[in-house]
Amino acid sequence: MNPNPDGAAPMQQNGPAATPVSATLADIAQQFITFTLDAQEYGVDIMMVREIKGWTETTALPQAPHYVRGVINLRGIIVPILDLRARFGMGATEPSRMHVVIIVTTAARTTGLLVDAVSDIVSVEPGAIRAVPQMGQPIEESFLEGLVPLGDRMVTLVSLEGLIGATQAGGTEPHLH
Amino acid sequence: MAGFDHLKPTYFEECAELLDVAYDQLPAIADARADAETIHAIFRAIHSIKGGGGAFGFDRMVAFAHRLETVLDLLRDGRLALQPQIGSLLLRSTDVLSDLIAGARTGEEPETGMEADLLQDLRNLEAGAATTVIAADEAQTAPAPAAPALAPRRYRIGFSPHANLFRSANEPLLILRELRRLGMLQVSPDISRLPELAALDPDDAYLAWTLQLETTASRVAIEEVFEFVADDCALSIEAESDAEAAQPASPASAPAGRDAHAAPAEAEPPRAAAPPTAPQAPSLSIRVDVDKVDRLVNLVGELVINQAMLVQLGTYLPPELGSGLITGLETMSQHLRELQESVMAIRAQPVRSVFSRMPRLVRELSAQLGKEVKLVLTGEATEIDKTVIEQLADPLTHLLRNALDHGIEPPDVRQAAGKPRQGTIHLGAEHRGGRIVIEISDDGAGISRAKVLAKARARNLVAADANLSDEEIDQLIFLPGFSTAEAVTDVSGRGVGMDVVKRNIQALGGRIAVESRAGRGSRFLLSLPLTLAILDGMAVAVGPETYIIPLTNIMESLRPKPDSIHAVIGRGDVLAIRGEYVPLTYLHRRFQVPGAVDDPCQGIVVIVESEGTARVGLVVDELLGQLQVVVKSLEANYGPVPGVGGATILGDGRVALILDVSRLDDRKLDRPHQPPRPAAIPSLH
Repeated sequence: MNPNPDGAAPMQQNGPAATPVSATLADIAQQFITFTLDAQEYGVDIMMVREIKGWTETTALPQAPHYVRGVINLRGIIVPILDLRARFGMGATEPSRMHVVIIVTTAARTTGLLVDAVSDIVSVEPGAIRAVPQMGQPIEESFLEGLVPLGDRMVTLVSLEGLIGATQAGGTEPHLH
Repeated sequence: MAGFDHLKPTYFEECAELLDVAYDQLPAIADARADAETIHAIFRAIHSIKGGGGAFGFDRMVAFAHRLETVLDLLRDGRLALQPQIGSLLLRSTDVLSDLIAGARTGEEPETGMEADLLQDLRNLEAGAATTVIAADEAQTAPAPAAPALAPRRYRIGFSPHANLFRSANEPLLILRELRRLGMLQVSPDISRLPELAALDPDDAYLAWTLQLETTASRVAIEEVFEFVADDCALSIEAESDAEAAQPASPASAPAGRDAHAAPAEAEPPRAAAPPTAPQAPSLSIRVDVDKVDRLVNLVGELVINQAMLVQLGTYLPPELGSGLITGLETMSQHLRELQESVMAIRAQPVRSVFSRMPRLVRELSAQLGKEVKLVLTGEATEIDKTVIEQLADPLTHLLRNALDHGIEPPDVRQAAGKPRQGTIHLGAEHRGGRIVIEISDDGAGISRAKVLAKARARNLVAADANLSDEEIDQLIFLPGFSTAEAVTDVSGRGVGMDVVKRNIQALGGRIAVESRAGRGSRFLLSLPLTLAILDGMAVAVGPETYIIPLTNIMESLRPKPDSIHAVIGRGDVLAIRGEYVPLTYLHRRFQVPGAVDDPCQGIVVIVESEGTARVGLVVDELLGQLQVVVKSLEANYGPVPGVGGATILGDGRVALILDVSRLDDRKLDRPHQPPRPAAIPSLH
């Protein structure tokens, strides 16, 4: 079950607002790591999260889209870092030591997501996920998987395939080999 | 036999190795200096290829291998004398066999009947060798004309397996079936040694058979069936007709009863009697997936970087704490370097695997061109990274073709010039200063400089009045689109010649040089890195960023004087250097790096050249120094970046991009940020 190959715990703590989940529910429920951008809370599938690390300086990539901060060295592999705030059309992040990078693996690719902070691990029953209403928001719909109400909070589930797939396609200038 | 499909790749790998063995030994036969051991080695190689091929149902290839094997067998027995013609026939046959194997691998059947002539030649040899040696199985060799049929002969075969036969996972039933393919077979089991059930040891062998075989096949063909078990059984083969009865007993027959188990067993040789844990001869090499080795290479690379980071951290410690740590880390560094070299050595392979393809090329081409050429190989055991080897085949082929086509003169011309009729091409490899140097030299006519210069002028590759040194003229052959062949031949000279070779070699991080002496021959030297995983680079600073420029691309670097920089309207700046204008690429503009030096005279211009593109001066802030870097992929997790060939990790753990000079020359991105001129010329794309 541990998605982190290094055996280190992906989370230091559970947030105070963690939803209590019964053991039987947890068996069928999907777990998400939630993080914040500004005041908004987002979630990604915990099974795709490889590790969480503090912000480190990146090496810029020439001609990259504005939301690609550059690349970092993750124990010998070169991993691109996406500024999720910029990706969602909310302006560029001014990263500080308090900012966090969530390393996720989709298909064969490893990518880092720059976010403000990681807040929680939540279990969500499949039935609790609501469709995203069409609202003409700046965030492309393919990036979003659904909405989950958690008490008085709402978590927006991020579709990593949609997000990283889109980055892949538009991430570099099209050119011929 | 679909169930064996997953074994096919292994089989073809083995075939390649076995063919190499055969090619290694075959020249000895051509020179008539082969001993029994040499012939036996070739025989075993061909036999193993045939055996595996049979299991996969490659009938055509097996039929041919069989014929080849028979001739080798005759040579081995001394029934056929060693002659140079036989050597060349065997070489050509091995070439065809390798084509048939390639056909079986790719599924693209070679042209029907391509082996027919050789089959007939092999057959003629057999027929001439001994009248007792007869074609074994006409049905298998369909494309070839039938050999004269001979009256069937009866053989009486005693076959008594030892326990060891089962332990090596052999199956008597398969042997009996194989025999049945040779003719009419009668089998009578001998169960006299079978013990009481209580006394039966399931791992022992108790059964024997007496076989009556009526066949047109030779004794050799029968012995072959027992080839792999001859040491593990008591075997006797007697011809009932007098012609063969006179022959001495087969060397394969072992004295019967060496295994004196006088106890009988159950009627069927159970599979359980052949335990899968067959004791095998200790193997001196193992087959390992390249991915596993690559992972090791990567991990060791990481360790080296980690170690460098620790050393840097150690320097921040107070001396009383730090000095011990640093000494320890330095020792570790030596071990790591050794470890890295050892791991790299696993990936290394002798260049033999690519060199061994060349004799065939030379043989075929010299026949085609009517030239007499001897190819001398040296240093085949020199080791180089597997990936480099794979990409060497094309350039080497091209260089050899050139040497044969343009270098070596026809025999009569050579004789007239007082040279031996037979030309010599030397292909050699050696390690020199952390790189491998491959030399292709010939004793031909050398580069005809007058012709080269005339051609270059005709094609506007050089100015009509340019005064070039001999060396400079020699270099012209590397220019794109240059070809001196008077007639465009099949062999070389299609105008995609040496420039492609040069580009391929440069893509491998290598360099190519040529020396030539009129009438004495030419010599090409390729210098290649031992591995592609590590690159020699120059670290340069551009603003806050560090980039790595591959050393092989760098021609020179300099700080220009202001009066040598000229602006060309709409085209950016050029640097005047020794009468040539080199366009400048401002790396910080190209890569949009803020805070970098914008005046080339305050920074450094690094003049780079790559595969056929013109020279470019890269404007950088300063040179940080030369270093060896481990090349990492950017594409694995991100995608291709124009102008960037990969990335590496510096000693402080940060990522630096490695420039791909050939893709950097993107002029339109390079102009200063000026408002577009009203009458902008539409850019062509």
